[in-house]
Amino acid sequence: MSLASVPAAALAAFFQTPVTQSLVHLSGIDIAIIAIYFAMVIYIGFYLKSASNTSEEFFMAGREMTAWIAGLSFVSANLGALELMGWASSAYQYGILATHWYWIGAIPAMLFLGIVMMPFYYVCKTHSVPGYLKLRYGDGARGLSAVCFAFMTVLMSGINMYSMALVMKVVLGWDLNFSIWVSSITVAIYVALGGLRSAIFNEVLQFLLIWLGALLIPIMGLIEAGGWTNLKHQIAARMGSTNYTHLWSTTAHFRDNPMGIHWTGLVFGLGIAISCGYWTTDFLVVQRVLSAHNLRAARMAPIIGAGFKMMVPFIVILPGLLALSVLPFHLVPQDVAVATGQHSFNEVLPLMLVRYCGPGLLGLGVTALIAGFMSGMAGNVSAFATVWTYDIYGAFLNKKASDSHYVAMGRWCTFIGVLISVGTAYLVQHAASIMDYVQALFSFFIAPLLGTVLLGMLWKRTTKAGGFWGLLTGTCTAIGLFLWVHLDPSALRYVALSPDAKAMAEDMYRALWSFLACVIVTVVVSLATEPRPIAELEGLVYGASNVPKEHDDFWYQKPIVWASMIAVVFVVLNVIFW
Amino acid sequence: MRGHIQIWFFGGILLLTYGVLIAATGLWELAAPPAQEPVLWQLHAPIWWGGMMAVAGLFYTVRFRPR
Repeated sequence: MSLASVPAAALAAFFQTPVTQSLVHLSGIDIAIIAIYFAMVIYIGFYLKSASNTSEEFFMAGREMTAWIAGLSFVSANLGALELMGWASSAYQYGILATHWYWIGAIPAMLFLGIVMMPFYYVCKTHSVPGYLKLRYGDGARGLSAVCFAFMTVLMSGINMYSMALVMKVVLGWDLNFSIWVSSITVAIYVALGGLRSAIFNEVLQFLLIWLGALLIPIMGLIEAGGWTNLKHQIAARMGSTNYTHLWSTTAHFRDNPMGIHWTGLVFGLGIAISCGYWTTDFLVVQRVLSAHNLRAARMAPIIGAGFKMMVPFIVILPGLLALSVLPFHLVPQDVAVATGQHSFNEVLPLMLVRYCGPGLLGLGVTALIAGFMSGMAGNVSAFATVWTYDIYGAFLNKKASDSHYVAMGRWCTFIGVLISVGTAYLVQHAASIMDYVQALFSFFIAPLLGTVLLGMLWKRTTKAGGFWGLLTGTCTAIGLFLWVHLDPSALRYVALSPDAKAMAEDMYRALWSFLACVIVTVVVSLATEPRPIAELEGLVYGASNVPKEHDDFWYQKPIVWASMIAVVFVVLNVIFW
Repeated sequence: MRGHIQIWFFGGILLLTYGVLIAATGLWELAAPPAQEPVLWQLHAPIWWGGMMAVAGLFYTVRFRPR
């Protein structure tokens, strides 16, 4: 999942790290590898400028991307470095349970997007998710969604920027200001010049870099540990428990696992409300799929992305598990690390990188981290530019401008978005707790939006008033539950259904309740108000649309075949690691 | 994007460059081992990992070269 779902406590603790000594010392060859990456991304921005002259080219990459490029970009936009480090840290603390955020928390939703939802997004030719809401529900829902998304996106970009600067400070000893300005100027240049196409190209490069930079860690780690079976035995012996290598068998009760979660929360809260909310309605990722060159590519892109997403635990979760076995010392919580000078959980990935990688490979690993951060920023900024230009500026402030005017607006608001992000980065530097609130805020909109979009696509009876009031009620429910637990921590027993529940369980159930609130209010208000004529719903709703038939020459080219294969592998993996 | 360089060509160039640099560093380390050897240094990961990257990069560079 996105930064928004990385354990907030772990990240917040990371931001309090006093830097006394960097973990990694780079050689000349490492610096050269990093410099080559920066030169490449800036060159790509300049090179693609000539292909980004119209609004369709700048904001939608000309809708020319193949399924593979859109699919890799789709999964890569979410594969940030902070996410890698955060979940490797979680794997060290909680074991293989952290894998749920990559499997049940992503795969079903991605397949659902490709098979069920993509035809409607694609056929209606919307430029954005708020744009779909405008077509289905009118300007009220669009405005609410667009303003919330644009506001949160630039804030998230700033948090990403600050996170990168801090990781570079902790890992490499680099100055915060240097990292913030170099990364932001680079991102601003290549996104403002090449638009979404440039962001997508760099996301594909980042995807390659992350795999090449991180894949060596689990390979070398498994060699050192003597294979998976030996690794399980070593972890069980060292930790005194076999729970670290089981996915589901410890989730029958909140008390039985270190995360304090229950399988109902995982399946319904994470697997449906949060995961579907993020992967099917967050415009940051959906924008990548909308850039596909035809409907088949648009449907295949999330399915290809799901295949790669399923493999990510190999480079994120496995290093955390390997660290439990091969590191000669125990990692400790951040506050203990600060007090005693030991290494903290959050340093597990850099520590494993340093353990196996010398000059050259180390530079590749660090470049992968930088690429991950910059790609995350670029994704946020390009999505912000699109939503601002199409759904706020073009929809409410200046409806009749020329196409070139909107492109110029897109380029300018890329720079402005980056500047706001820089401001946010410095704001977070002085008040780290802001980051927790921003992450929480982001999660408030995602689950209710899922209810609004799903009902809009699947139920003809849904009305404009139903969509607007459902979205508003769901969002208010999420905010209300958050404040309730924040002001009275004992309320967690009601929100998450158990006094043994922990923070992650609260996130799952809060998303579930806000989704349900949105659905109930949307249905009730829709039934009480006048429905739209069926003719107006063409291309927007299941049962009222003629989705173009896809003509595949062979059965194995059909998206449903590939989605079924991914689904089977997904089930088998969950059974193997039960 | 007809007539433009494909993303796979950029990826190939990057892999090829990085692969050559990393493999060369690994070969250099055979003659001058680092003061602090990483764990499993005797497997000489930079040589085979860099070599594989260079081969994959060369394939993509040639296959998707601008025509």
